[in-house]
Amino acid sequence: MTVDGSLERLKREGRIVVVGASLAGLRAAETMREKGFTGSLTMIGDEPYEPYDRPPLSKQVLLGRAGPERTALPRRRDIEAAWRLGVPATGLDMAARRVRLADGDEVEYDRLLIATGVRARPWPQADEAALDGVFVLRTRDDAAALEQKLAAGPGRVLVIGAGFTGSEIASACRERGLPVTVAERGAAPLVGALGGVVGEVAAEMHREHGVDLRTGIMVTRLEGDATGRVRVAHLSDGTTLEADVVVVSLGAMRNTEWLAGSGLGAGPRGIACDAGCRAFDIRGIVTDDIYVAGDVARSPHALFGYQFLSLEHWGNAVAQAETAAHNMLSESADRRPHLWVPAFWSSQFGVNIKSVGVPSMGTEILIAQGSRDERRFTGVYGYQGRVIGAVTFDQSRWLQFYERLIEETAPFPPTFTTVDRRPEGNRPMPADFPDPSVPTHGPTITLSGYSPADRRMTFTPAHH
Amino acid sequence: MRLVVDLNRCQGYAQCAFLAPEVFAMHGEESLLYDPNPGTDGEADAELRENVTRAVAACPVRAILLELADGRAGDGPGGAS
Amino acid sequence: MTQDILRQILDYSNRADPYPLYKELRRTPVYHDGSGPFVVSTYYEIQALLHDPRISSDARNLASNAADPLAEPGGEEETVLPPSFLKLDPPEHDRLRRMTNRPFGPPHSPHRVHDMRGDLHEIVKGLIDRIAENGNAERIDLVEEFSYPFPVTVICRLLGVPPEDEARFHVWADTLAASLDPDPDADPKERERRTHDSRMELGMYLSGLIEERRKNPTGDMLSELATGNGPDGTMTTMEVLSTAALLLIAGHETTVNLITNGMLTLLRFPEVLDRLREEPELSVNLVEELLRYEPPVQLVPQRSTLADIEVAGVSIPKGASLWLVLAAGNRDPLRFEDPDRFDPDREDIQHLGLGSGIHSCFGAPLARQEAQLALSELARRLENPRLLADPPPYRQNAVLRGPRHLPIAVDGIRP
Repeated sequence: MTVDGSLERLKREGRIVVVGASLAGLRAAETMREKGFTGSLTMIGDEPYEPYDRPPLSKQVLLGRAGPERTALPRRRDIEAAWRLGVPATGLDMAARRVRLADGDEVEYDRLLIATGVRARPWPQADEAALDGVFVLRTRDDAAALEQKLAAGPGRVLVIGAGFTGSEIASACRERGLPVTVAERGAAPLVGALGGVVGEVAAEMHREHGVDLRTGIMVTRLEGDATGRVRVAHLSDGTTLEADVVVVSLGAMRNTEWLAGSGLGAGPRGIACDAGCRAFDIRGIVTDDIYVAGDVARSPHALFGYQFLSLEHWGNAVAQAETAAHNMLSESADRRPHLWVPAFWSSQFGVNIKSVGVPSMGTEILIAQGSRDERRFTGVYGYQGRVIGAVTFDQSRWLQFYERLIEETAPFPPTFTTVDRRPEGNRPMPADFPDPSVPTHGPTITLSGYSPADRRMTFTPAHH
Repeated sequence: MRLVVDLNRCQGYAQCAFLAPEVFAMHGEESLLYDPNPGTDGEADAELRENVTRAVAACPVRAILLELADGRAGDGPGGAS
Repeated sequence: MTQDILRQILDYSNRADPYPLYKELRRTPVYHDGSGPFVVSTYYEIQALLHDPRISSDARNLASNAADPLAEPGGEEETVLPPSFLKLDPPEHDRLRRMTNRPFGPPHSPHRVHDMRGDLHEIVKGLIDRIAENGNAERIDLVEEFSYPFPVTVICRLLGVPPEDEARFHVWADTLAASLDPDPDADPKERERRTHDSRMELGMYLSGLIEERRKNPTGDMLSELATGNGPDGTMTTMEVLSTAALLLIAGHETTVNLITNGMLTLLRFPEVLDRLREEPELSVNLVEELLRYEPPVQLVPQRSTLADIEVAGVSIPKGASLWLVLAAGNRDPLRFEDPDRFDPDREDIQHLGLGSGIHSCFGAPLARQEAQLALSELARRLENPRLLADPPPYRQNAVLRGPRHLPIAVDGIRP
């Protein structure tokens, strides 16, 4: 099918294939139907489950408050799709417009949406990763297996990596009364996403809740017993640690391997797309019929120097899916850009952590409201004299104000005072992010690609 | 019943936890934990359903997307459009 | 815009229908006549200011020359009670609100409000039964006989105030609510004196009760506030006093208007009343629409700026007095489709009726349940209710706006 004048035909009888049957894929499919798409819709997913919600897996599910099988996402509407679940896509033929599946089937499309997301980065030594008691946490099955193990009351849990997921796992373990050690390569938990000033607060939260937190340390080897059960972890300081359960929480890898050789601009950092969610091919030419959404996408953002952002954010998956679906069924003049301001939340040790913007671009931080000692504060991040991000600990009702400062590229440090300004908020501090060339765990925003000279602009999103 | 809360929108007003405490719970002052698929599969009991419906309507930021067992969609994220 | 639109809004003769004035006001999203407060009336601007940390609720941040016709008379030293959390900023506001919430809501007391449902039913049933027993179907004042006593009884029960003392509360609460009243014709000295006396008497009564509950805690909120010992410690007696007074007054003076405005609106839209009789579950969304369409708190008068700020292109200097006209924002056509239409099925309904941000209505879950239950039960039990006066006579108060009486006639009362 060609694009010239055939949009109506596409909407009426076209074939749309969505690879990735999770949050982004589902919301995109719903949006397409809402926009009047009546053609055939195929949803391809590598897991055997209908779309489910992942954030509860490291919270409610690990706490034993909700079963992993009870996380299915509510539907906004019926999408009347042909579901191909439990069958991963294995290849793409861009010329023939065909997706190959692991069972040998091929599915043809007129428009393709790729929303294959990410997977947990596995422990690098395959034989050690295979030991009984070694887990990652990304999927429903992962959560079910880990929860079962935690419910059995292991002697000690070792969490490798103190990003958001690792910290949430440690928090859940402590709430269940389990002894936990957290080993983090960086100087503090959350340091990659929020910097050292906030990371220090996170470290105190860990310790106050009885986590054996060890920073600046690496796990070098996992050792099993004769029956193949994990028993001991060897650490880079030469010590060893006995643990029955090891959770590897070293961030995520983009699910793009299936696109190798397809000619699409896909790689370990994701799939590059334009602001309208259209994928680039390897020549840097934008495609007309392939769109990307969710964690696997890398798209340029006007607010952040047109850097290509990869966002492992729930809200981004929803917003980008809606934009991609809209654009897939629109004439070029009616397409709209994906200009979502990054927003993120985490819940750990009974504290609600939320952020907006891109804190990790920040070089300085000002504690604008509240106090770090009280675990209730708002931190504002500055980059080249403008506000670039903000984080709240149990102060989320103020966050939208700071989001607006980011949108307006307001000056940093802010010139005004606020309620609840404490002495520690009198002047900015270095935000203390680790050297980006040193890998850390868990920045949920990855910056990559072209960054032109910084320029001042005002970003005014429509209210909708 | 299936539900999901857009926790980017959620600001911890806890109206849902007041009105349907069997499904929504505050964890600390501001964090919300909830049962994403409350009730037995098939027919959810009437009181639970009523409580959850109240919770959805009371959310000041309209962050709760609810799908009742009969497939009727409730209110949802992005209530404003 | 006429120069005196604020005066018109405060003028009692416009109490029954201020909405045309709000519409005119919205044409200037930030209205300032040169000497009075900066008045914000459009939805998005109000919403943003409710989450703006440069805005204070503490009157001590008002510049001495900031004029506010709704400002309370008298300085700090002249009031008996310290300011409640309604009139404080973080961190004090947050601390006191957390401590107040501890015996009231989640996470510490997740079931208190939920478990009051049986009580609410019983109180509503009792009040409607009593109307039936009085047998005067030709003229019922719904305010006197229902929408005032209902929330009063609820708040007294929640706090642990003995029912036999309720009559005394009416008087104090009335006076204190009127102190928020900008009646330009009232004698300010006289009002000041009466407010002061009411505070004094209420304070003395409550401190007696608090002392009693400290000795013999009975599980009610007053006992818990007086003896509570959570992560934030224990409230001082003065803090318990001002908090209890706040809850009492807010519980008295807002829900009554929500219920009365609700019944008035239903009587003006009999087809909705008929529907509610058949489908009581409609009350859930209906109450949300009421909170948009006829909010019991029309405006938030007591905010001030901590810095020079700009709102909708208008510069507001530090220390200025700020009014946020919630009821005008709720009818903003830039936010709500067909905003002057009462639509109980409205889906896009993120109203400002209970405020937003850190000062959002503390008693919201209770108010919602009371109003939902009250309206659905009145709809079910009143036979052919009709208004005897439209508009009914209103209270003087422009902030806590609602009818003083709601005279109705019915053909009978169903069991």
